[in-house]
Amino acid sequence: MAGTDGAEPGTAVERHEQAPLPSGVAVISDDRVENPGFPPYRPRVSDTDPVKERQNERRIFWLFLASMAGSVFAVVAYIVFPIHEGDMESVRLNNMLLGLGFTLGLLGIGFGAVHWSKSLMDGHDLVELRHETRGKPETVARAAEVFTLGNKESGFTRRKLIRNGLLGALVLAPLSAVVIFRDFAPAEDPVKLLKHTLWDKGVRLARDPNGVPIKASDVTIGSVFHVIPENLHESSHPLEEKAKAAVLLMRLKPEELQVSEGREDWNYNGIVAYSKICTHVGCPVALYERQTHHLLCPCHQSQFDITREAAVIFGPAKRPLPQLPITVDEEGYLVARSDFQEPVGPSFWERSL
Amino acid sequence: MTATATSTAETTEARPEPGKGMRFVNWGANYIEDRTSLSGLVKELGRKIFPDHWSFMLGEVALYSFVVILLSGTFLTFFFQASMAPVIYEGSYPTLKGVEMSAAMASTLDISFDVRGGLLMRQVHHWAALLFVASIGLHMLRVFFTGAFRKPREINWVVGFVLFVLAMGEGFTGYSLPDDLLSGNGLRIIDGMVKGIPVVGTWISYLLFGGEFPGEAIVGRLYTLHILLLPALVVAAIGVHMILLIVNKHTQFAAPGRTEGNVVGVPIMPVFAAKAGGFFFIVFGVIMLVASTVTINPIWNYGPYDPSPVSAGTQPDWYIGFADGMLRLIPPHLETEIFGFTFTWYILIPMAVLILFLVIVALYPFIEAFITGDKREHHIADRPRNAPTRTAIGAAGVTFYAVMWAAASSDLIATHFMLSIEGVTHVLQFSLIIAPIVAYFLTKRIALALQKKDREIALHGFESGRIVRLPGGEYIEVHEQLSDYERWRLVSYDDYAPLMVRPNAKGRITVATRIRGVLSRWFFEDRIAPVTRSELEAAKHDHH
Repeated sequence: MAGTDGAEPGTAVERHEQAPLPSGVAVISDDRVENPGFPPYRPRVSDTDPVKERQNERRIFWLFLASMAGSVFAVVAYIVFPIHEGDMESVRLNNMLLGLGFTLGLLGIGFGAVHWSKSLMDGHDLVELRHETRGKPETVARAAEVFTLGNKESGFTRRKLIRNGLLGALVLAPLSAVVIFRDFAPAEDPVKLLKHTLWDKGVRLARDPNGVPIKASDVTIGSVFHVIPENLHESSHPLEEKAKAAVLLMRLKPEELQVSEGREDWNYNGIVAYSKICTHVGCPVALYERQTHHLLCPCHQSQFDITREAAVIFGPAKRPLPQLPITVDEEGYLVARSDFQEPVGPSFWERSL
Repeated sequence: MTATATSTAETTEARPEPGKGMRFVNWGANYIEDRTSLSGLVKELGRKIFPDHWSFMLGEVALYSFVVILLSGTFLTFFFQASMAPVIYEGSYPTLKGVEMSAAMASTLDISFDVRGGLLMRQVHHWAALLFVASIGLHMLRVFFTGAFRKPREINWVVGFVLFVLAMGEGFTGYSLPDDLLSGNGLRIIDGMVKGIPVVGTWISYLLFGGEFPGEAIVGRLYTLHILLLPALVVAAIGVHMILLIVNKHTQFAAPGRTEGNVVGVPIMPVFAAKAGGFFFIVFGVIMLVASTVTINPIWNYGPYDPSPVSAGTQPDWYIGFADGMLRLIPPHLETEIFGFTFTWYILIPMAVLILFLVIVALYPFIEAFITGDKREHHIADRPRNAPTRTAIGAAGVTFYAVMWAAASSDLIATHFMLSIEGVTHVLQFSLIIAPIVAYFLTKRIALALQKKDREIALHGFESGRIVRLPGGEYIEVHEQLSDYERWRLVSYDDYAPLMVRPNAKGRITVATRIRGVLSRWFFEDRIAPVTRSELEAAKHDHH
């Protein structure tokens, strides 16, 4: 009856003749139901019936055989079903048949091995005794002694000066590793970069992505354009500039727009341009609802009302989308009057400085 | 009496004269032994006992899917180019021919469409990664709800928690590598969140992306994290996790003959090795089956990253959902400027909530250990009902997580069920606070009711469904008594009572004692005590 000596959960932990560990608010009762000990072994069919045993053996072999067939099939499929350039059907076929071959090869081994272990290997439970995780008292004592000796022989706590010197040196050493991270990014000041975009006085508004400038007459009421600065492709960092300069252009009836003081000449005949970069965390605010003139950010559902200068009407964002002041040039193309009057995109610490 | 001593049968058998193959094996074994002394390890671990329960398999799934991730990931590294240098795609996917994209995206498309088995390995890698995170999550829940984190396993709980966080980090970095539209928008969100950190946020973002977002550095940097640093940490943490598993041995559920002082189960050699080894192949096989039949992350539908377009229904891989959902649930307009500095509360509050949530998860074993004051080792896993307050706390935590997670799909919920996005968001905001409270009380009551039911069954047997008419005409339903073995599972659990706050030796009541008193009352005030021997005898008496 191995392992059931005085067997009651919660009481059988203490060994090595140490004092029992405190049990806190646990209720220790003498009146606990006793552990009935191990139940008798219930034999499996393969333990008692040699026919079943042989049957299981054959089944396991078939599983391994199926695995071999699967692996061979995978090799064959790799060769027989190649990918033909541009033919997506062949990609799919290659993927599926190769994969199914692998699958059979793996599952055959897996099910075979598990079946073997469950039906043919010894089914008896075995018992191993636990020992308290803490080492034996003599081991613990010896470990403490090792540290004491180490301390004594090195003088680690006695020689305070050099110990503190070592600690100081160890603390300072990683400092040199911190500074080398500075060149992870270029020398410029990010705050300055974030406050400017490619937009400037006279820069034409162009279609995204082809860069064709937009004439005011092309913009009919109710239409919406995805806009980039015309000079974007000449920039040395087009993606970074686009990530700040992307704009949405819409035309509403001029009477639908509520224009605040100082922004009277920022729209042109009801054509307004707003930064497309969400003021929440920077997703493109790309979904425009024509009927309500609401812009929706698909990432976190901030909504902006274009008739009210892109004020936030729902969602986590705080600030309205910055408006790009626009007008037309002598050829009738829409141009910016200036850069945005505030930084675009998500907030950052130095934003209003 | 089923427990055979482990060493008897093998030593007494007469050994037949070894054949040629056997002689070679013997020679090989001796060769290695002479140089490594490996026999000590085999002696120590070869017949180590593993208890059996289906729920113990969840951690195994996590381990094996990690192996699958390593294998498939290594294959992918041979083809993938972690570069954001712009190239013109000239591969064989017709719709994207001639489109400018990063080398990372182009090489991912090449893996998918020009390398035989490449798409399969990509899909194996992605599915295995999803399974890895999912099985870690379920494994954590198993350990939590069965109290398997109690002494001596608190440290291993923390190691497991670290693995959970690392797995999410691995997932996110990997998800971002193909540089497609969806992952680019994910990075954009990360950029926005980082910028919201006070004082250092702008600079961290700037350094991380190697300049302004998106820059040309981030994919290469994430690649280094994804295939070098994070995997090294995962492997190291798994190593510690396994070593502690061996040191602490496995927990087991209460069953006849099992005690706090023993481990009952199958030995590593041969049964567990065959079972676990076979199970590895089953996990691998199932991942392979899914990967060969179900598409995942079809980046060719999303196209290369461009800061301007975005698709509706944008959401992260599911395991990041809870963080994204929390961002969506914050009420509007939470941003203030103080002395010109911008405090973006709509980012800081969600971050704080998420971090607090994770910290509570990581520290829970220590909190409970403080409340019970129980310094004994625990190796018998609890049934969740037998720790009603813990189970209720777990249910509340799961509900909290689930609401955040659902919020990451608030737009899809709205479109699929024809609801307004505002309505869905408001319901979820409300649920984030209320649902965990409801879950807490509901779970606690259910657990207590189940305990009562167990008690009833242990004392008076179960309804057999057999109706008997007595000679007097009375009908009764016969109650069948449990066997001692069956009853043991119902009556053997740790019982705790609230702490009586008493002065210590110095005659003072410390603050810690007071806190412990309050908390232990919260934990153990409602309790169903286990059936005792005398109750059982009294009940037996009644029946006869």
